[in-house]
Amino acid sequence: MPKAQDIDYGDDVVAVPLRHPWRWISGALATALLLNFIYSVVSAKSIQHEIVLKFLFDHRILEGAAVTVMVTVVCMTIGAVLATLLAIMKLSVNPLLRWLATGFIEFFRGTPLLLQIVFWGYLGIIFPELFLGVPFTDIVFVRGETSDIIPAIVAGIIALSLNEAAYSAEIVRAGILAVDQGQTEAAKSLGMSSKYTMRRIVLPQAMRVIIPPMGNEFIGMLKNTSLLQMIAVAELYTQASTISSANLAQIELLIVSGFWYLLMTSILGFPQRALEKKYGRGFETVGGRAAPRAFKVGRRL
Amino acid sequence: MSEVMVDARSVRKSYGSVEVLSGITLKVEQGEVLCIIGPSGSGKSTFLRCLNHLESINGGRIYVNGELMGYRQVGNVLYEMKSKDIAKARQGIGMVFQRFNLFPHLTALQNIIEAPMGVAGMNADDAKALGLQLLEQVGLADKGDHYPSQLSGGQQQRVAIARALAMKPKLMLFDEPTSALDPELVGDVLDVMKNLAKAGMTMIVVTHEMGFAKEVADRVVFIDKGQIVEVGTPKQVLDNPQEARTKAFLNKVL
Repeated sequence: MPKAQDIDYGDDVVAVPLRHPWRWISGALATALLLNFIYSVVSAKSIQHEIVLKFLFDHRILEGAAVTVMVTVVCMTIGAVLATLLAIMKLSVNPLLRWLATGFIEFFRGTPLLLQIVFWGYLGIIFPELFLGVPFTDIVFVRGETSDIIPAIVAGIIALSLNEAAYSAEIVRAGILAVDQGQTEAAKSLGMSSKYTMRRIVLPQAMRVIIPPMGNEFIGMLKNTSLLQMIAVAELYTQASTISSANLAQIELLIVSGFWYLLMTSILGFPQRALEKKYGRGFETVGGRAAPRAFKVGRRL
Repeated sequence: MSEVMVDARSVRKSYGSVEVLSGITLKVEQGEVLCIIGPSGSGKSTFLRCLNHLESINGGRIYVNGELMGYRQVGNVLYEMKSKDIAKARQGIGMVFQRFNLFPHLTALQNIIEAPMGVAGMNADDAKALGLQLLEQVGLADKGDHYPSQLSGGQQQRVAIARALAMKPKLMLFDEPTSALDPELVGDVLDVMKNLAKAGMTMIVVTHEMGFAKEVADRVVFIDKGQIVEVGTPKQVLDNPQEARTKAFLNKVL
């Protein structure tokens, strides 16, 4: 009997890629588990689906969702501005500014967010009165009760913003450090001031590195607003739990609020992609050299 | 006698305890093309970067166009100028880098007009006209809308030259402008530089391109270990070096 390699097939041979049966098997298994889970949730007797549907578009839930969105956007805006400031301070040559920024970041990252929120909420107990004046004198410009000046929602916004600033500062700093030193030198050589260089040359390039993790932060913030329930801010989770403490349909209202959180976090992906595209312009390269054409096309596919 | 553009007197520069420039004294006249050659680590790039105060100096003085660069002198002490004043002084000095350092998030045209508009306060129409004229001058009239990543190294470097020229500098510094280029792209960049030299620009070029130095330079300076070893016309320094160190270096690179 002739061996396979002894038979002359000429060049008429076919190459077969490696088969991967386990990819199919594991995929099918995972799908089956998922379907099983969905089925058990849908068919569970203990969940009253009509209550879920009834409250899904309840005006209190919708108002709560609106507050959640508002608080998220405000806190992320304040947080991002403070974060940029902290990042620049941390990169400063002035050691005092560096230490202050580092201390701020350490403090707000090192204590639980929940604790910070409750602290700001209870500020009125520590300082019943707030006033603006010249320290160590009797001169006072404005004076008022803390609870008037800082209602719960403001306390919540302060807490979330400061915490966000501490986390995002490191993201912004990483973004700034990712911009090549040669960019700053080129800007200097053209007579640009350091402020102008930061604003027009460094930060726009840093944005490319900053945006993906900031997208994460945004989603985290949206969900963390639910912690404001502790100080009775009327956001989505607070509204849902107020309703459920009256009608005792806890699970149903968790599903309702979970649905809205999931919907909102999913929508956030779109502006993120738009921003990534905007700040990605001109960056289809590797190491300062134009990438070969095939590579560029390959990445887009 | 023509005007002195750069007057460097006993310039010293150290990084910690390592002295990279040990007293460089050099004059460059208006319209002159000076090439600086030397082994890597000799301090030639550092010297160039001191001229527009990208590096501070530890001693000596540098005058550019009659002005003390980066410092105020009171008695025999130099006080470093405010960064705002240094930025202003740098506007008159263009610089071209080995790695181009174009702004990757801006198109070629935007790269060129960023400083004229943002720093010199030129209006958008004038800046655009200037930008297009400079692109034309470096042979890239049709590349204005391209991002740096879409240009070859040689094209990027020519945009970088145009960007530096947009601030109407009186002096142009080139830090190994062709070292990062593929060999077939070097010629285009050198051509742009030759035209610039012909037009009367004062140029100081740190380079390994001996051919360019021979053809274009009025004088060649050989720097080694932070000191000027030999200065002269390209013929004197490159074809008939007097110092042993110059000879040894030229033997290696030619």
